[in-house]
Amino acid sequence: MSIVFAADAAAPASSPGNPWLNIGIFALFVAITMVIVFRASRNNKTASDYYAAGRSFTGGQNGAAIAGDYLSAASFLGIVGAIAITGYDGFMYSIGFLVAWLVALLLVAELLRNTGRFTMADVLSFRLKQTPVRVAAAITTLVVCFFYLLAQMAGAGGLVSLLLGVTDTLGQSLVITVVGALMIVYVLIGGMKGTTWVQIIKAVLLIAGAAVMTVWVLALHGFDFSALLEKATEVAENPAILDPGLKYGVSDITKVDFISLGLALVLGTAALPHVLMRFYTVPTAKEARKSVVWAIWLIGIFYVFTLVLGYGAAALVGPAVIAAAPGGANSAAPLLANALGGPLLLGLISAIAFATILAVVAGLTITAAASFAHDIYASVVKKGKPAAGAEVKVARRTVVVIGVIAIIGGIGANGQNVAFLVALAFAVAASANLPTIVYSLYWKRFTTKGALWSMYGGLGSAIILIAFSPVVSGSETSMLKTDAIDFAWFPLSNPGIVSIPLAFLLGWLGTMLDKGTEDPAKEAEMEVRALTGIGAEGATQH
Amino acid sequence: MGNEAPGAAATAPDVDYRAVQQSDSFLQLKKRHRSFVFPVLVACLVWYFAYVLLAMFAHDFMSTPVFGHVNVAMLLGLAQIVTTFAVTTWYVSFANRRLDPLASEIRESVGSHSASAPEEVAR
Repeated sequence: MSIVFAADAAAPASSPGNPWLNIGIFALFVAITMVIVFRASRNNKTASDYYAAGRSFTGGQNGAAIAGDYLSAASFLGIVGAIAITGYDGFMYSIGFLVAWLVALLLVAELLRNTGRFTMADVLSFRLKQTPVRVAAAITTLVVCFFYLLAQMAGAGGLVSLLLGVTDTLGQSLVITVVGALMIVYVLIGGMKGTTWVQIIKAVLLIAGAAVMTVWVLALHGFDFSALLEKATEVAENPAILDPGLKYGVSDITKVDFISLGLALVLGTAALPHVLMRFYTVPTAKEARKSVVWAIWLIGIFYVFTLVLGYGAAALVGPAVIAAAPGGANSAAPLLANALGGPLLLGLISAIAFATILAVVAGLTITAAASFAHDIYASVVKKGKPAAGAEVKVARRTVVVIGVIAIIGGIGANGQNVAFLVALAFAVAASANLPTIVYSLYWKRFTTKGALWSMYGGLGSAIILIAFSPVVSGSETSMLKTDAIDFAWFPLSNPGIVSIPLAFLLGWLGTMLDKGTEDPAKEAEMEVRALTGIGAEGATQH
Repeated sequence: MGNEAPGAAATAPDVDYRAVQQSDSFLQLKKRHRSFVFPVLVACLVWYFAYVLLAMFAHDFMSTPVFGHVNVAMLLGLAQIVTTFAVTTWYVSFANRRLDPLASEIRESVGSHSASAPEEVAR
């Protein structure tokens, strides 16, 4: 009973728990990881060290880091909140996010590790014309990273308002700035090695924290999942939260919207540049395979936890309380922690959520910086012959620029459900990158024109459709926050169902209409290297 | 070569890739790889979209209680997670048995040892 009472007490708009306790626990996490990052960064000399951590991580370590990179604030805050409020439909995000890893495991991970060095563009431009393909791949990388960054920063804003009771825009902006600044320091000093360690630590903390809460929630219901569901329907006063369709089943448009979302989730993962880049941090393709296997197990188990946590939040806090709390749906997991273990558990879980955002943002930043420095500066501007050390210097400067952009974007992108914003990043990745990745690994005839049409066509159509979707304009809940301006002629919130097939089609059409052919020797080299690992770059020796 | 990839490893041995590409063992490796990953992936995607379509268009079926408050949707969702784990395990065992030995044989035949230690067994 006391639990229900605690949850009720948390209902007012003031922050539950003790802000100073929350800050203290988070500061401890920052201090510990900072020491580790400093120690890890001693060997950051070459580009291979800075971008790919000297390819020295094991499959298990990298698997944990992938889980840390992938289980973003969207997975934790967003999905738990979505299940708590919209019931089963929230769980369908989890399923899509997980099944997507089969595409990465079966089609992409090992072949990519064998053919590239640092970035996605290395693979895409391997046997096509260097400059145009590399520039296109760098642009799509930067755009996807930007969308994903926005989602994470929006999550940080919502979390802050809940935890620290900072409700005014200025205060929230200040905290987003602190998160951004910390991230810049990690990436600047630690490079990929430091970023990886932050991700590993965070993955362990996040999965352990979720496990503790899951067991706790189940224990309160006699380890009877059905009893938990019963309690959730009672508190929500709505038995439909157990069935699919509460959010997406209301009309045919929303049903198609969900199919579109499912397509983006399942095809997006294997095209996320920051996930792809993680495969370069291991010495061999075999270790890349092992890392995906580790990641699938960790991520899959975590998503089972989110199912319990989501319904647990519905049962112990209640959808109405969550929806009314500062931070809205994104606050379900912290509120559940408060209902279970009071301010101390709330502080711990919130610190983990902050760590989650920090680690993901760091991973995105190093990916974007590597893409700019390696693909645009070193390969295109300097024609593959940058001065010694110049490339890493440019990468470090890019980190600062991206950090500042992330801070500004994060301040601007408060309020949207984080899982939803991340889904848009998946849609852009699946449209702009996946067709070209698949074609260049598996289709001999594929040409430069096909790659450019597919990448620019996929990127452009995804972004245009989002801009003219109900997400941006037409309602109080849209980004423009008014129903006075309405240019939403595209009915779906997720563009995937149009833009992904379109990008595949454009890749095929561009290739068919391309009069030129690509160098068959390069094609042979890529195919042989991708499957056998001949000539793949191994670990750096120090 | 104007098309030289700066992304390519600088340490790549001097290999006649076109000859390797035409060799029997490589063609066999390619066939084994593709005849596993394509059908398996297609099956997984069909199974996933069948689930999504059921969730959207077969509402009554998905809401059928199976035991207590656990309904068909809940079980099918968990089944998606279980099949993902199962396919992962299946692929790893397939790759260890059928792909890796052939790949390391080809690597050794061209005198490249840089890529991996073939004796090592994946988990």
